[in-house]
Amino acid sequence: MTLSADRTTGRLPDAFLRPGSSSFVDFLAEHAPDRLPGNRNMPAGMTDPATLSPHATTIVAMTFDGGVLMAGDRRATAGNMIASRSIEKVFPADEYSAVGFAGSAGIGLELIRLFQLELEHYEKIEGSLLSLTGKANRLATMLRGNLQMAMQGLAVVPLFAGYDLDKDTGRIFSYDPTGGRYEEHEHHGVGSGSVFARGALKKLWRRGMDAEAATRVAVEALYDAADDDSATGGPDTVRGIFPVVATVSVDGYQRIESAEIARVAEQIAAERRERGSLA
Amino acid sequence: MNMPFYVSPEQLMKDRADFARKGIARGRSVVVLAYDGGIAFATENPSRALHKISEIYDRIAFAAVGKYNEFENLRVAGVRYADMRGYSYDRSDVTARGLANAYAQTLGTVFITESKPLEVEIVVAEVGAEPADDQIYRLTYDGTVADEHSFVVMGGQAEQLGRRVKDGWRENMSLGEALRLAVAALGSGEGSSSRTIEAAQLEVAVLERNRPRRAFRRLARQVLADLLVDGGEPPSTDKAPQAAPDAGPAPEGEPEAGTAPEATEDTTDQTVTDESPADVSPTEESATEEKPDEGPDTSGTTPGTDH
Repeated sequence: MTLSADRTTGRLPDAFLRPGSSSFVDFLAEHAPDRLPGNRNMPAGMTDPATLSPHATTIVAMTFDGGVLMAGDRRATAGNMIASRSIEKVFPADEYSAVGFAGSAGIGLELIRLFQLELEHYEKIEGSLLSLTGKANRLATMLRGNLQMAMQGLAVVPLFAGYDLDKDTGRIFSYDPTGGRYEEHEHHGVGSGSVFARGALKKLWRRGMDAEAATRVAVEALYDAADDDSATGGPDTVRGIFPVVATVSVDGYQRIESAEIARVAEQIAAERRERGSLA
Repeated sequence: MNMPFYVSPEQLMKDRADFARKGIARGRSVVVLAYDGGIAFATENPSRALHKISEIYDRIAFAAVGKYNEFENLRVAGVRYADMRGYSYDRSDVTARGLANAYAQTLGTVFITESKPLEVEIVVAEVGAEPADDQIYRLTYDGTVADEHSFVVMGGQAEQLGRRVKDGWRENMSLGEALRLAVAALGSGEGSSSRTIEAAQLEVAVLERNRPRRAFRRLARQVLADLLVDGGEPPSTDKAPQAAPDAGPAPEGEPEAGTAPEATEDTTDQTVTDESPADVSPTEESATEEKPDEGPDTSGTTPGTDH
């Protein structure tokens, strides 16, 4: 429970001056373990904590020619209620990677905030970037700290994608709630609507697509997910809320403007209207 | 703790201050100065890996002179402090003032309670939304904080270089002008003698006001070289006495492989001074060891001349 500076003297605590790991998470675990996202005591006898807290849903990622793309819908649900219409679930992890999550929203957001900080902290202390696999492994380790929460229904399932500067290619990593890390090829999705999104991805994804084509595929996959999964939000033209789509290439993380997504979503809707299918 | 004989507190403090000052004057100077688009940092440092200037947080940077192991320790502590604070509260709650206070307390406590003061001098700078919001704090070995404006020169022949920068500095300089002034000051020796420092021998970074989040940026060698030649040659008069000491940086630059040269320089210094800190002789010893490093500073006697 020590604050950033020693309360009595105002000097930096010894732990700060001790040479050690360049990992902020390790430092936190040693110095202020109460601030780790997974470190909370759940009251005994709680039957279903999952209905109490908002859940975030579908995230998709896919590679394209020159990078990798990640997209997520904007809905969070608590039981049968919509907890948020405008939550964002795709973030830059650092300059060359993106991270999104499905599952318990509170813990997930905290986990991502800590993950972003972890990468930045390493970069500042070491003066160099972690390798992409190194970043992916770091996320797996952090996820393991959340296992107890996951067992009680507050699981977080992140999806990590980045541009590998050593191999000059986009790569995707998926996780399970216990911290297992799996490298995915071409495309992947997580969250409740991912079953439908992945079905769409299988049909729509093409080798050698550019970022623009990939954006369209992502929005369409999320459209299909929202079509069949009540926990995934579709494009909201009334409020002007559209999925978050971001690309990571050799030029770094770049979020695609909402107006562009609106245009793509409208195009997809128009095509489907024209098709006139009732199913 | 045994006290064999009485030493007056004045004498004790003075001895410690002298000791720390000597250590700091031995290294090479760092110049920190405000320019129209932010705050620039420059020092002569051939190493690409062992930095004297680094990023602490979004808008905050750190520059130090003195013993590498000691200021590196403080730098890491500062990054931890800032990240911890930003994580606990919000990114906007991390301020240079808070960090400078924590450093001041740390330096002050070490100065009084430990067997040896830290031989470091630090600048913590934060770039604001407007030039008027810029903050530059200079911290000395005993925990003194000075809220500086416009520029700071520390380490090496700080006073002399400071005069030089003072003469040339004015408000709203462009980055190129500011860096040319800084580099000319770094290269100025005693009297009228001066030398040109190559871009490859410089470590230069800036806090850029209009960068969105992380304002800190290191200037790559080529960018720096272009900025330095832009408005004409920086003053260079290669005087005879400089020729010999100019070979100084060579032994350091020679094993170009990377981090080793600086590291050895620093560690030798450290091991020597650390063992018997209160003693005067190690200081002299390490001063001679550091001589190659001192070359450019025109007089090998500098470490001895205590101001």
